[in-house]
Amino acid sequence: MNIVVCLKQVPGTTEVKIDPQTNTLIREGILNILNPFDAYALEEGVRLKERCGGRVTAISMGPPQAEEMLREAISLGADEAVLLSDKAFAGADTLATSYTLARAIEKLGQTDLIICGRQTFDGDTGQVGPELAEMLGLPFVAYVSKIEDINKGMHLQRMVEEGHEIIELPLPAVITVVKEINVPRLPSLRGLAKAKSAPIPVWTAEELAIDMDKVGLKGSATRVVKVFSPQRVNRGEILQGEPEEQVKNLISKLGDAGIV
Amino acid sequence: MEYFLTEEQKTVRDLARKIAEERILPLRAELDEREEFPWDIIRQLASSDLFRIFIPEEYEGLGGGCLELCLAVEELSRACSGVAITYAASALGALSILEYGTEEQKRRRLPDIASGKSLAAFALTEATAGSDAGAIKTTATEKEGGYVLNGTKQFITNGGEAEIYTVIALTDKERGARGASAFLVEKDTPGFSFGEKEKKMGIRASSTRELIFRNCFILKENLLGKEGMGFIIALRVLDRSRPGVAAQAVGIAQGALEAATDYARQRIQFEHPIISIQAVQHMLADMAIEVEAARALVYSVARTIDSGAKSITEEAAMAKVFASDVAMRVTTNAVQVFGGAGYIRDYPIEKMMRDAKITQIYEGTNQVLRNVIASELRKRRSRQE
Repeated sequence: MNIVVCLKQVPGTTEVKIDPQTNTLIREGILNILNPFDAYALEEGVRLKERCGGRVTAISMGPPQAEEMLREAISLGADEAVLLSDKAFAGADTLATSYTLARAIEKLGQTDLIICGRQTFDGDTGQVGPELAEMLGLPFVAYVSKIEDINKGMHLQRMVEEGHEIIELPLPAVITVVKEINVPRLPSLRGLAKAKSAPIPVWTAEELAIDMDKVGLKGSATRVVKVFSPQRVNRGEILQGEPEEQVKNLISKLGDAGIV
Repeated sequence: MEYFLTEEQKTVRDLARKIAEERILPLRAELDEREEFPWDIIRQLASSDLFRIFIPEEYEGLGGGCLELCLAVEELSRACSGVAITYAASALGALSILEYGTEEQKRRRLPDIASGKSLAAFALTEATAGSDAGAIKTTATEKEGGYVLNGTKQFITNGGEAEIYTVIALTDKERGARGASAFLVEKDTPGFSFGEKEKKMGIRASSTRELIFRNCFILKENLLGKEGMGFIIALRVLDRSRPGVAAQAVGIAQGALEAATDYARQRIQFEHPIISIQAVQHMLADMAIEVEAARALVYSVARTIDSGAKSITEEAAMAKVFASDVAMRVTTNAVQVFGGAGYIRDYPIEKMMRDAKITQIYEGTNQVLRNVIASELRKRRSRQE
């Protein structure tokens, strides 16, 4: 089974600073980590490989320093890793990112399953998984919490608000996983040794033979116009006293407001 | 302190620390309270290849030595020495096979120990044979194609959880210690059973049980070394494993020192953190001096062993005695720095004091080991060395 896991390097903090000129993240001086949700995707890929055989390829689109994260992925059980990095990819939104990832996955050749984390820790959109499936013309299931059985297709559990759904999915396919699916392992000594010397090819726009109008800022359908922290408006009021008194108070307040 | 570790040794240390902090620390109080064997953590140690570091590459290990083992044991002990001793006891069991096993015995058993699929254990002590190990009563009587074991081993770490046991038993009762032999016994062998899990003062995540042999037949191929070599094998193997206990003691002491320092920085009395009180400062300073001295000795002895030195009885005993006495003093003083809070089980420090005590007792009491050191000293002076 050939499994591709899509990973993103994200700032290891929620207190990121925004460049006021470009409205994009300032990444300098911040310790970068593997997107925590993607760690579950990687772990599930490695477990599936251990169950069914095959290979796990980790891919990421990002700046050159994302190579470090891909080495971490190898130490955690990925067989190989590819970095998609080019100045032309900079400023990509989810659409341009999905397009670039899709072209790279096509270049990798026959793939049975593509696993992504449910969303990233920084952008939080959760769009890359489904967009990727659309661009590759593959079936898609989001929020997978368990892979029950794999034969020709897969039996999955999808988390929904009221519980979970059991879904049958033909392969090849794309899924995104939630943190309930597994507990990611820590690295192994052999994995760390392998990660140290593993070649990590870098694919540029040229190598992907890509439509330059569809990548990076240029290929992005959205623009970040402004980023701000919303003003915290504290309007809540807690009614005190005995329940009867509170109910009276509430009714009179609702009456004053013209609601009842 | 610069200990000139190689990149590989640093990787072992850092990975063991990561596992200790992320997977052991959050669970240690619960494991201690419930006296629960830490199988999930053992599986993590296995999947991280830590059981491979003391096994040669030809048996699917990573070919490390005593120093690598000490680094891992120290880091694990810094978080929980109950977990660490489970790991270290498997190394002790493996050592007897590594040192005295035939090629066939090594090929058959070491790969499973290296992968962590099987834990190993080592069984010498009996109810009437502690420090006087030569007084063991378990017998191995020769019988068509093998031996029949009878007797009971006591206080065996990993008892009931390990798959492979090195057992010392008498093949010739008349000859006492010289009539002892070493055997490999597998868990499910008929006639081999376990006593109740012992309720211990410390290292409560680890499993300690009796091994009970009642007409337990094992094949001749399970004899380790030659008949009559059992006592020598036990002594040599314990010489080589003692730095592991010493590293366990260093880890416990390091954990206690860090906890006491952190507590002293935040505990306010007389309007200041107590770390600004000189009496407390001197206690912490003495603890730091002793921990570093113990670590330096343990690493030096481990390196001596890894260099291939033949006779290491004295050095290994020194490291074990010194480091364990340090661990006891440092943890006792750490509880003192915590004051009343140190006596309460909500804080990790009383556990460290309970855990430290065993390091002065097992794998040779510190009193017996002082006898060993003194006897070597006497021999060396008489040879004018």
